[in-house]
Amino acid sequence: MPDVPLVLLVLAVPLFWIAIGLIGLVLSAIRAFRPRILFPLGAFGAVLLAAVALVALPQPPTELILPLGLPDLPFHIRLDPLAAFFLVLIGSVSSGISIHAAGYFRDETAARCSLICLQYHVFLASMALVVLADDAYLFMVAWETMALSSYFLVTTDHHLPAIRSAGFLYLLIAHLGAIAILLCFGVMSGGHGDYTFEALRGANLSPLWATVAFLLAFFGFGAKAGMLPLHAWLPEAHPAAPSPVSALMSGIMLKTAIYGMVRVVFDLIGGVRWEWGVLMLIVGAATTLFGVLYALMQHDLKRLLAYHSVENIGIILLGLGMAMVFIGFGHPAAGMLGLIAALYHTLNHAVFKGLLFLGAGSILHSTGLRDLNSMGGLIRTMPHVALYFLIGALAISALPPLNGFVSEWLTFQTALQAPILANGVVRSALPLFAATLALAGALTAMCFVKVYGVAFLGQPREPHNAEQSSAASPAQDAGAMERLGMAWLAVGCVLLGLFPTAMLTMLNTVGIALVGQGLSDEALASSWLWLVPMSAAQASYSPVIFLVVIVGVVLVTFLLVRGFYHGRVRVSDPWDCGFPEQTSRMQDTADAFGQPIRHVFGPLYLMRRELPGADDPAPRFFLKIEDRHWYWLYLPVARLAEYVSSRIALLQQGRISTYLVYSFLTLIGLLIFAR
Amino acid sequence: MSVAAESAFQILQSAFVVLAAPLLMGWVNMCRAWLQNRSAPSILLPYFTIGKLFHKDAVIAARASPLFRLTPYVLFGCMWLAGGIVPVLAVDLPFAPTADIIALVGVFALARVFSALAAMDIGTSFGGLGARREMLIGFLAEPAMLMTLFTAAFISGSTQLTTIVVSLAHREFAIYPSLAFAAVAFAMVLLAENARIPVDNPTTHLELTMVHEAMILEYSARHLALIEWAAAIKLFAYATIGIALFAPWGIADGGNWAALPVAVGALALKLFLFGAGLALLETLLAKLRLFLVPEFLSGAFLLAVLGMLTHFLVRG
Repeated sequence: MPDVPLVLLVLAVPLFWIAIGLIGLVLSAIRAFRPRILFPLGAFGAVLLAAVALVALPQPPTELILPLGLPDLPFHIRLDPLAAFFLVLIGSVSSGISIHAAGYFRDETAARCSLICLQYHVFLASMALVVLADDAYLFMVAWETMALSSYFLVTTDHHLPAIRSAGFLYLLIAHLGAIAILLCFGVMSGGHGDYTFEALRGANLSPLWATVAFLLAFFGFGAKAGMLPLHAWLPEAHPAAPSPVSALMSGIMLKTAIYGMVRVVFDLIGGVRWEWGVLMLIVGAATTLFGVLYALMQHDLKRLLAYHSVENIGIILLGLGMAMVFIGFGHPAAGMLGLIAALYHTLNHAVFKGLLFLGAGSILHSTGLRDLNSMGGLIRTMPHVALYFLIGALAISALPPLNGFVSEWLTFQTALQAPILANGVVRSALPLFAATLALAGALTAMCFVKVYGVAFLGQPREPHNAEQSSAASPAQDAGAMERLGMAWLAVGCVLLGLFPTAMLTMLNTVGIALVGQGLSDEALASSWLWLVPMSAAQASYSPVIFLVVIVGVVLVTFLLVRGFYHGRVRVSDPWDCGFPEQTSRMQDTADAFGQPIRHVFGPLYLMRRELPGADDPAPRFFLKIEDRHWYWLYLPVARLAEYVSSRIALLQQGRISTYLVYSFLTLIGLLIFAR
Repeated sequence: MSVAAESAFQILQSAFVVLAAPLLMGWVNMCRAWLQNRSAPSILLPYFTIGKLFHKDAVIAARASPLFRLTPYVLFGCMWLAGGIVPVLAVDLPFAPTADIIALVGVFALARVFSALAAMDIGTSFGGLGARREMLIGFLAEPAMLMTLFTAAFISGSTQLTTIVVSLAHREFAIYPSLAFAAVAFAMVLLAENARIPVDNPTTHLELTMVHEAMILEYSARHLALIEWAAAIKLFAYATIGIALFAPWGIADGGNWAALPVAVGALALKLFLFGAGLALLETLLAKLRLFLVPEFLSGAFLLAVLGMLTHFLVRG
């Protein structure tokens, strides 16, 4: 009987996390808080969770009814392959983040730290419960707990007004999404009053109601995921939160929204329609391009990473959309490939975005800087962080042989299955969505050349930073705990990139449970060395050989050049072009690097610029890029809401007699209609 | 054919690409000199240049990081890999399944990112300028390149270069309108990706025009030699990808020694024509302003997309 204990083991981890949070809260009153013990304990729980979920993944689903919740409305728990996959994601990524957090929060005051510890671990536990929930009731409870605990984490520095307003915006959009999800569950239950997922799965919806349920789920989960145009909270909330929290939110919390989307669309509603897929593809493509183009304009490192989360959610939506199109047209094998690509990208994004946010956190910790325009030359003072960040940057830019490339490659392969589709328009449109993906990939590479080149390479850009770093306490590399956390995720980037076939088999199990058909036999029969999505004649890729060849050539060339010629090196100043007054201020800043993009995609941005003239005595360069969505969506909606509420407020006169009239009219109305 | 023969072919082809690449560069330069009414340098000049550079002492800026010294080797490794994957002399080579065309584009992107990073490493204003321009060209050229390759992939039902070549080489001769569009787009991308006129001018050192040269200003001696060599291999690889997609006749099967002389002869003839054509293009065209390059490359992208749509509309 190994099944039931597995569920219990999995369930024990969230409880363990909540216990850690409470212990942290209690301990702070007794003595100075010790993040060095509690956060690694949380990481231990996370590793355990990932390991157990990995074991449970290929096994048939197990269910459990907990004696908790309301009377007659107990919580249902279910561990199936999809849930297990997301638990693996949560466990493996959060363990690295928790280790990093142990180092990151070491200097916090005891009171703050104990609160962070409680919220952090409740946040983790709620995400695990969202994935485990098997009824709408527990799902919504966990979902709201997740939103609230992350809200408190975002507003850790609540004395700053900017952070309070970022937190408010986050809470607002989170709740709009939650309402839509709640309504979606309501539609799916079809008025039977039974909210277990089992009942929702069995409900027979008419095509109209199924579409309504899909749209509600798409909106609700999209709001949480940061889909266009509901992304506005992401670039506000992520920079506001402490870095390990940003890593958790961007790496894992957004993925619970993807989980919800997959669960509802592929599992609960059933009968996927291709029109839904087309909608998802259009929104996904817009999200992808918009996210990366705005990321290129940012010079705040964490805002930039937040916009890249928007972009990557778009890529995941592209994969899901393709899967839905193929399944809707009756080609489950190709649809499976799209689903696998999307899920693989979900995991990959969690790993590399977690890593990048942790890197940003370490930079912030050590230099106090978030503005790229004043960084520079960090590779010399923080070599470890520089190495890990480079791995993350190459991975997110979808460069082989790292993990980001594999999932984008699989998405491309899905798009290339287009000729089997019957509908001519969709068939020729699918490769165009692949083109937007290609464009976004190349733009991401540009963006991360900017980030890495400006932050880590070159010289410090602001003179006072240079003085700081040459003074008694130079900008130091991250501490051991922080480095360990980053190294764990960096290794993940490399391994997920080098050995994708193992992941493919795992995801195949998930896909079979959802779609009912797996990948082709040839794809699964290939050895660990080769990644074959359909058949070897169609496409194959071997990241290991790829890496071995490049590394081999590098080594051989290096030794040959050394042996045949010589290794003599003269060190000198860089070439000054005959102009000896070179300063570090002449390097490209982040804004300068984005200039060609502003030129090419100018109309997309709302730009305010002040360019100094030639004979300006006090030249000043000023540039502000704003999100157009504020002006054409959010502010009109806000004004409309204010107008409507001011009208409704007329009802509220504050006089008892008026209210009595209202009651009287209501009674009359009820008497007429309730007969 | 036996694995040993195929492996021998693989080694032969890789060595051939790496060694012959500077010759193609020399041939293009020679044609260009003739067309511009200059007396041409020796066709072997690129070899002499590389050899001379290897003998010199490397000068490295004091604040260079390890990334700066690693990059030339990475570029060389990437291009070597690309030369092993593209079917140049033969199809069905053991390396061929390592990467399909999408991964091949990934190899070039990897090399580009490394060279742009190295350019920003020293912290001079030129390096950043070059890196920024290079990435601008890259993000425009990469999707156009992928669309071109997708057209060929749709025709042959595979993204494996070997399969594409086999299916295109063994069809009855017919003009595919989609391939014609794709070929023009590919030529435009080739010019942009290899720092040729009208996108970049490899022979000047003017701040207004430099892209590739601005990135490698700080390199000298063996590092510069490797970068130049890698650039030559890149041009060779692009030329052979073009040949594989649009004129794949005469290529040998892996391990088929009898077909090898024909393959070498056919390749030499095609590259001879390619070099002359490239030199002619570079002589006839003028260098574009930097901000006309996006229009040039979005033109290439549109052509590639048109090619793909044509394939779906007329099935050819």
